[in-house]
Amino acid sequence: MGNQVISRAGVGTAVQTTAQGFRADMAVRSIGKVGLLVTPIFSYFFLWAPIALLVLFSFNDSRGVDTWRGFTLRWYENIFAGTMGGEARFATDLMLSALGNTLFVSSIATVIATILGTMIALSLVRGNIPGKKVIDSILYLPVVIPEITQGVSLAIFFKLIFDFVESSTGVNGTPGFGSIIIGHVVFNISYVAIVVRARLANMNPRLEEAANDLGANQWQTFMRITFPLILPGVIAGALLALTLSMDDLVVTFFNSGVGNTTLPVFVHGLIKTSVTPEVNALSTLMLLFSTVIVGFSLFLQNRYTDRPYNNR
Amino acid sequence: MRVWIALALLLALFSVTTAQESETAIETDWECPPGFEGQTLSLFNWATYIGENTVADFELLCGVTVLYDVYDSDEVLLARMRQGNPGYDAAFPTDYIVDIMRVEGLLAEIDLANIPNIANIGEQYLDQNFDPGNLHSVPYVWGTTGIGYNIEAVGYEITEWEQVFECECRVAWLDSTRAMFGIALTILGYDPNTTDADEIAAARDYLIENSGNVVAIAADDGDALLAQGEVDIAIEYGGDVGQQIVDCECEELQYVVPSVGGIIDFTSIVLLADGPNPELAQVWMDYVLQPEIQASITNTVLYPTPNVAAIEAGLIEEDFQNSSSVAIPEEVMEETFFIENVGPDAELLYNDAWDEVKILTGL
Repeated sequence: MGNQVISRAGVGTAVQTTAQGFRADMAVRSIGKVGLLVTPIFSYFFLWAPIALLVLFSFNDSRGVDTWRGFTLRWYENIFAGTMGGEARFATDLMLSALGNTLFVSSIATVIATILGTMIALSLVRGNIPGKKVIDSILYLPVVIPEITQGVSLAIFFKLIFDFVESSTGVNGTPGFGSIIIGHVVFNISYVAIVVRARLANMNPRLEEAANDLGANQWQTFMRITFPLILPGVIAGALLALTLSMDDLVVTFFNSGVGNTTLPVFVHGLIKTSVTPEVNALSTLMLLFSTVIVGFSLFLQNRYTDRPYNNR
Repeated sequence: MRVWIALALLLALFSVTTAQESETAIETDWECPPGFEGQTLSLFNWATYIGENTVADFELLCGVTVLYDVYDSDEVLLARMRQGNPGYDAAFPTDYIVDIMRVEGLLAEIDLANIPNIANIGEQYLDQNFDPGNLHSVPYVWGTTGIGYNIEAVGYEITEWEQVFECECRVAWLDSTRAMFGIALTILGYDPNTTDADEIAAARDYLIENSGNVVAIAADDGDALLAQGEVDIAIEYGGDVGQQIVDCECEELQYVVPSVGGIIDFTSIVLLADGPNPELAQVWMDYVLQPEIQASITNTVLYPTPNVAAIEAGLIEEDFQNSSSVAIPEEVMEETFFIENVGPDAELLYNDAWDEVKILTGL
């Protein structure tokens, strides 16, 4: 603190003696102040305006999604028509089964990726494995390589495996939910590991030492000290993985078999005719759903970070 | 965890299926050949590129299960099939893709004796260059690429491609390499499917020189720009403009296939090589070509039908059948062309030339 005060004072006097009418530093400062105010407004506008439009157009009384023609709830009614005992439209049926596939794939992939990613993060931060630096940088690879490369290479990989299995055991494998889930786990592991590792690096290692000192064994230390402290990171990683997995188009498409259409694949398949507002309505419902989940996780996070022993 | 319980509940909610009905939604005297009960048919198509009850009725008539998966472009379908057929019986590609798939051995041969309903298809839609003798495909729907325009903004009627490039108004091009080059090549008097590098270069120069009135190169949303008044003319697919005309219920939006060089495209049902159930796939083809069925598909997807029997029986909605994107005069129809498979070398020339057009016009 003391240092800062001195240096500020120093700059102030230097400027005063050199500049007469125009104070360059003050101008920069006031522009900066305006900038600090305007930037978040713009950022939030660009972030939320498209989503607001999507919600708005889910109430649009037209088959198109580009021109407003009045208010309706019929797209929401369509979605629930099948489950309410009415007659579901063919496209709605397809969309809902695609949503079911998406939730199935992404929830399983998220669970597996979160467990594996957390384990990698733990061994990278706490462990003492040879070649740690190399593994550390390889971890970022799935985050930076293009999705199409990942999708195609996985498809080739599975084809090789299936061919090998077929020639050695005679069992004929085909791509399906299994290969999609494995594909999702592959790219999700990195995201989870990176998030959890950041949390772990921020944690005070002395807490674990103290626990050991007080007679807790390694497992007890992990369950009672380490895991609760990194839990917000694990949840954040899992949510990230869930989002990425639900979004994924390319990896899913190249590794799917018959009957595996997921929601992103379905929405892309609408391009030939027209994207119906039912997709908007479903997206709005999913948005509502994820808002609830995120709110829930924020609540959890707050509860954990409020505990006194988390502060260094 | 509460989240997972919620997820499971949602899954359960969506997996509730409606009770099976015993009557088909569309009345038809088509009968399923016996012996297919309990079997499965796997279809690969665009998401909403089919009638509302087409699949459900077929399941009912034949006692089979239909798996329906979707893709988003012909190229993606091609890529998937090149990897090896993961287990689909039939797909719905565009004409030139049928050609590529046929040449690459990705299609199986149809026995037309299994498809008596092919007699319902107009002769002009059969035995095309992309599949001589219909050995691998049967016609599904067709469509055109032409000019959508706002007659009030333009001020006069449009009948030729040249007028699009000369007009003093705002124009949207279609982001389709071969379509745009086909148009330019037609105007210059060349073969729209040329493989000649000099002719392609000339078409490129024509496009660049005449790009002054272009405000957008639209990837399939030119019809929306037109409807919103962002542009006055859009080079677009007839079906898309037709949809906007129906939606806006207005007089000023028009669609026209130019008297020379309109682009025509076919969607066919193809029999995929290495599919698990080729017999049932051919039963499916015969079912789709039944007039009532193919009519209901066209009335849903709003792409014109090649099923002459359905048209003659008056099964197609009249407004649609008489609209400018369907009722195309015979002399105009004769001057249309298909975009054909020109092989990878020429394809590269086209793609490079189109990139140059896009860069030099800055769109």
